[in-house]
Amino acid sequence: MTSLRKGLARTRQSFFGRIAQAFGATEIDEDTWDDVEALLIQADVGVPTTLRLMERLKERVRRDGITRQDQLTEALKDELRKLLTEPTPLNLSGRELSVMLIAGVNGSGKTTTIGKIAYRMRLNNRKVIIAAGDTFRAAAIDQLKLWGERAGVPVIAGLPNSDPAAVVYDAISAARARHAEVLIVDTAGRLHSNFNLMAELVKVRDVLRKVIPDAPHETLLVLDGTTGQNALTQAKKFQEAIDVTGVVVTKLDSTAKGGMLFAIQQELGLPIHYVGIGESVYDLVFFNPAKFVDSLFENGDEDEE
Amino acid sequence: MFESLSDRLQDVFEQLGRKGKLTEEDVNTALREVRMALLEADVNLKVTKDFISRVRERAIGAEVQKSLKPSQQVIKIVHEELIETLGEPGRLNLSGPAPRVIMLVGLQGSGKTTTAAKLALMLRRDGRRPWLIACDTYRPAAVDQLVTLAKQINMPYYEEGVSAPPPDIAVRGLAAAREAGATVVLIDTAGRLQIDEAMMAELEAIRDRTQPAEILLVADAMTGQEAVRIADGFNQHVGLTGLILTKVDGDARGGAAISMREVTGVPIKFLATGEKLDALEPFHPDRLASRILGMGDVLTLIERAEQAFDERQAAELQRKLLKNQFTLEDFLSQLQQVKRMGPIGQILDLLPGMGRLRQQVNIDNEDAQRQLKKVEAIIYSMTPQERRNPKLLNASRKRRVAQGSGTSVEDINALLKQFREMQRLMKMIGKGRMPNLPGMFR
Repeated sequence: MTSLRKGLARTRQSFFGRIAQAFGATEIDEDTWDDVEALLIQADVGVPTTLRLMERLKERVRRDGITRQDQLTEALKDELRKLLTEPTPLNLSGRELSVMLIAGVNGSGKTTTIGKIAYRMRLNNRKVIIAAGDTFRAAAIDQLKLWGERAGVPVIAGLPNSDPAAVVYDAISAARARHAEVLIVDTAGRLHSNFNLMAELVKVRDVLRKVIPDAPHETLLVLDGTTGQNALTQAKKFQEAIDVTGVVVTKLDSTAKGGMLFAIQQELGLPIHYVGIGESVYDLVFFNPAKFVDSLFENGDEDEE
Repeated sequence: MFESLSDRLQDVFEQLGRKGKLTEEDVNTALREVRMALLEADVNLKVTKDFISRVRERAIGAEVQKSLKPSQQVIKIVHEELIETLGEPGRLNLSGPAPRVIMLVGLQGSGKTTTAAKLALMLRRDGRRPWLIACDTYRPAAVDQLVTLAKQINMPYYEEGVSAPPPDIAVRGLAAAREAGATVVLIDTAGRLQIDEAMMAELEAIRDRTQPAEILLVADAMTGQEAVRIADGFNQHVGLTGLILTKVDGDARGGAAISMREVTGVPIKFLATGEKLDALEPFHPDRLASRILGMGDVLTLIERAEQAFDERQAAELQRKLLKNQFTLEDFLSQLQQVKRMGPIGQILDLLPGMGRLRQQVNIDNEDAQRQLKKVEAIIYSMTPQERRNPKLLNASRKRRVAQGSGTSVEDINALLKQFREMQRLMKMIGKGRMPNLPGMFR
């Protein structure tokens, strides 16, 4: 194993040595293409998207007569940006009560994200209420209540292990009674491959619809930014089950690049709304495609990679 | 879904034709597919490259065994090398003066708290006296979560809220546990990024003051390329002794396991496979290797079938089979056993060679589940006499059952036909004309 460690250290140097060159003014050769591939694969862009991008890039090199590696970088950034769209504004206004449903696998950061979104909305003077729909995980309700306090937003909760659909129903009544504008519904983390838990999620959604026919107005999937290729499967399955309308990606303050977002946006056409970048209530930013693409080319930590 | 490696290699070798030895060309062509499969399974790029070069060395010039096709020979070599890479399953090192300390570390949301409770439960079942110590003072309600879980399984714990520094809590918790006669102490720590120097220093402080026998990295099986940096970062700072992979019950290939194992050199000790607190399993390198390669996992399937299938019921069923007394009630209980094994599609995924079949038939889990529900409803709407003797079901009885179960007479006829088929099949198995299905009828 020590040899592997040394090997990794070596790659670090040579990789960045070459990337520095690659994005300098040297000529394009086989190594350049290897580096492009490495950059994309190691950012979790995934094999199919990487292959497609390389093909397009090679074609551009031929067509536009690109010879220098710095031109190639720009062309690659350009191609990457083309795969992403600017997020549309959240559809959470223009009616008495708008509902946002939040879902995702265990540990992706749903509760934290809700706290941050609620805080952001309250700063914009919107009247927000949160429904504690995760009645399953131990102390999830307490966790959400603490986030509610931080954000200055009331949390409607039932008892642990009660029916989440019932909690949601109560929360709608409470939201209406208090003239809230936005209701954010937390749900328990669940693996997309668990049939029964996905059926439960559909039920929560259906209860929302029964009371407010066009609800939920936004259904956001919270994805862990350190997740690899399974993120696409997750997004597909959640979309099939509850018509996801957008994505929040979390933990991008790590060294992970979140490259699976390209495939998710391409294949599923889902806008990416927010990016979670830390544990405080302010650590949520709007998704910015250009910045996101640039971040793929950043080395991150000195001794990383 | 990814196409399985065996399906892919079969395609490659169909073009290459059959030879006695694996030529360099065969191997290179095949290894391109293997490389793709590993990258799609989230194995780190560098780790993949090293792995491929090891396989290449072993494979070029290797004899193709008579019983195998060239594609199978390559898979065999890849599989063996992968098992070797994944290493032996690690056991917990708990020898030495009690109480032994196990410290759990990892990123946010990887599943440390739940895993701590699962481990405690497993250790108690092994006859040890575990204590849980709540040292996550950062995440809101993390202490409450551990306390709630501890109470659920009636496990002793130590907590002192969130105001004291975690290393102090750990030390006082250890003392309290020792006093109370604990033999193992599990320290739950806050999730943190491996690049957060201050938080990593805190882990080092906890380690230095509690001298853990085990420092286990709890990592999400769905992790991507980042796995190498996470595992390396934690290992550099605190010195890991093992890995626990969580959320293995999902459908991720789990290539992160190879990356983490390669970069740290420490063994994988457990897999967390579900929401229930007993869902913690020992790690089997062969099974994980099959899964990473997308080659199905017959062993897991067999084991699941065994778990789902109650021993006594099995014996009873066998007796009935021999006496030809298989009834609709037995049929129902059979269906329920199958249901307990998981969604049909998931079971198919576990069978090698089924990847392709699944694409062709496009099995719809929901549809399968609906069918099962329907069958249940029909049988529940019958009288006990009818269940034991379906011949009683005349037209008017069928109409009653249809009404009671919200189905139609056609549905009932279809079910009865299926049942008669099954009876016939059972009779054959009962008479030993068909090989026993593994784990089903023993």
